[in-house]
Amino acid sequence: MATDEKSPRFARLHGRFERRAVRFALAILVVLSVGGIVEVAPLFALENTVEKVEGMRPYTPLELAGRAVYIREGCYVYHSQQIRPFRDEVERYGPYSLAAESMYDHPFQWGSKRTGPDLARVGNKYSDDWHVRHLLNPRDVVPASIMPSYAFLATTPLRVERIDRLMRTHQRVGVPYTEEQLANARADLVAQAGSADDATEMLGRYPKAQARNFDGQPGLTEMDALVAYLQMLGTLVEFDWRRPRPDMVR
Amino acid sequence: MSEAMTGVAGRAAVDEVPDYDDHVVRLFIVASVFWALVGMGMGVLIAAQMVWPQLNVEPWFTFGRLRPVHTSGVVFAFGGNAVIGTSLYCVQRTCRARLPGRFAAEFVFWGYQLFIVLAALGYVMGVTQSREYAEPEWLTDLWLAIVWLTYLGLFVGTLLKRREAHIYVANWYYLAFIVAVTVLHVVNNLAVPVAWNESDSVSLFSGVQDAMTQWWYGHNAVGFFLTAGFLGVMYYYLPKQADAPIWSYRLSIISFWSLVFMYMWAGPHHLHYTSLPDWVQTLGMTFTIMLWMPSWASALNGFMTASGRWDRLRTDPVLRFMIVAVVFYAVATFEGPFMGVRTVNGLSHYTEWTISHVHSGALGWNGFIVFGAIYYLVPRIWGREGMHSRAALEWHFWLGLTGIMLYVTAMWGAGVMQGLMWRAYTSLGFLQYSFLDTVIAAKPYYAMRLMGGVLYLSGAGVMAWNVWHTIQEPRPVQAPAPVPAE
Repeated sequence: MATDEKSPRFARLHGRFERRAVRFALAILVVLSVGGIVEVAPLFALENTVEKVEGMRPYTPLELAGRAVYIREGCYVYHSQQIRPFRDEVERYGPYSLAAESMYDHPFQWGSKRTGPDLARVGNKYSDDWHVRHLLNPRDVVPASIMPSYAFLATTPLRVERIDRLMRTHQRVGVPYTEEQLANARADLVAQAGSADDATEMLGRYPKAQARNFDGQPGLTEMDALVAYLQMLGTLVEFDWRRPRPDMVR
Repeated sequence: MSEAMTGVAGRAAVDEVPDYDDHVVRLFIVASVFWALVGMGMGVLIAAQMVWPQLNVEPWFTFGRLRPVHTSGVVFAFGGNAVIGTSLYCVQRTCRARLPGRFAAEFVFWGYQLFIVLAALGYVMGVTQSREYAEPEWLTDLWLAIVWLTYLGLFVGTLLKRREAHIYVANWYYLAFIVAVTVLHVVNNLAVPVAWNESDSVSLFSGVQDAMTQWWYGHNAVGFFLTAGFLGVMYYYLPKQADAPIWSYRLSIISFWSLVFMYMWAGPHHLHYTSLPDWVQTLGMTFTIMLWMPSWASALNGFMTASGRWDRLRTDPVLRFMIVAVVFYAVATFEGPFMGVRTVNGLSHYTEWTISHVHSGALGWNGFIVFGAIYYLVPRIWGREGMHSRAALEWHFWLGLTGIMLYVTAMWGAGVMQGLMWRAYTSLGFLQYSFLDTVIAAKPYYAMRLMGGVLYLSGAGVMAWNVWHTIQEPRPVQAPAPVPAE
């Protein structure tokens, strides 16, 4: 019988656990669950976790396909998508990120490292042509860049048929796609990469979407999708800095 | 201090010795050495890609796809195999019981290797959930869950069969590691597959909630995989190598339960100043600072166990590996709470400082404690008198230590510089540097980091050579007859 001569009661109490394997494992399970329950669970319940802002909408089919390329290539290990409320970040990248702006991001792409700059508001900062050249070979437009080149995107046809399932799954986890949007997914995807004239219907379903031939080449490639995604990042919510809203100030 | 409670490990061999299953331990150790070379080699490759971007071979071998191969390779393949292997050796000795089942242990081994191969192949083919340190997709995740639950059964089964009244401290940590990883793995990987016959899935959570879930996981992958599991290694192999009981049993209890309780709260420090609500950030920061206590309690327990044997650091490179590991554990767990303070994090987040912090923990603490345990185990489980080459032990130690110092100082310098340059203003009130200026300024540091990585990898190569030759040596003809005490 083991005892601790300094405090036998303490040792006896712990002995009740450390002499019972299953009880010990269950005790560990209970003790370690507390933190997660207190910190994570309320985020789903508290309504002020995600502020209500105007302009947010689910991704268009083409943007969603581009986002899938962004995820597949692991861009999140190099770029963040989360601007912090610091003077230098706001001046460098734009208004700090709001929770609502990633509310349809399954999964989130905030990142944890800025080897390259933040991309939360990169949309419409550069031309399509700049993005395409930059992705073909970053050093053609930024000689000191250390980013990998992604020329193969320009020659990889986009697999349009996959968008139905992808959007349906997003709806299943809570993204409010309408049945109309789902039914027209493929048509909308193709239309957005064409001319704006052909995309009137699609633009009606997705306010503020941009429709054009993003890579300037015939054929629908992964380059079109990725550039369409990059060009919409951070463009949905409008910020008017001349009239600061008191409820937005931390 | 009660000898009865702490000396269990040392007394196991006194009575009859059960027929321990060391075959599976040998498999895990060989796998750990093999994956060390792969995972660290991959780290050197992606470090080189940041110096020479031309080394990115699209589409398969770009930084974005290879980075998870490196992180999973060292954390789950090198570290995971080492912790599982050492736990199965430790739990049998400290319980004086053989692992239950005839095939379960080998299933855990081969199942775990299959998980690693599936994950790594998936990464280079672009199959990823984009959740850091949880990149494998749903099918691979389900497979790991099966393997992991079998491991839990194997471990608890051995504890239930034990012929010792108490469960030894090291096993508490191993058990916490197994239980916590089960919970973390299941919750963080909740996702809906796009189709049953496709590899892709869509995360159940989005935005803020998803970020919090992921970093609750991410931080505790550090807390329970890289800390609890490796503390299990320390609590068994350090006393064995130092030939001394754990210094304080009560400190073990206090540090164990506070670690299990507090680590789970600290995740939000990865999300300071983001759109995560402030109350969660503050709560996370508070517990992050409190974590200093259990961390240093464990470190203190490690140091004091070796106390009175400091002279052996000159002559015993294996003990030296372990003690230096505890030093790095103490340093990294001091730096961690510091970086978890919100204002400090404002400077350090998104920079190489984080990379420096992680590697002082991973290379110094995790790497060195495992190297020590491997050098302790290899002669014993293969029945050799000692490691093949003593000089190689010294080479490994000094190559590794030099590598760490180069790596950590380079990334620390780069990180602080980036943080300061990003927020620098001219006297006229303009941002002083473009983002590109900071990339250019970091380049010499990236080269220095690469050198550190190459040194550390060479050390691991020396270890692989040494382990290989130890295994190849002929067994001693006959076990030396026990010498009666004088």
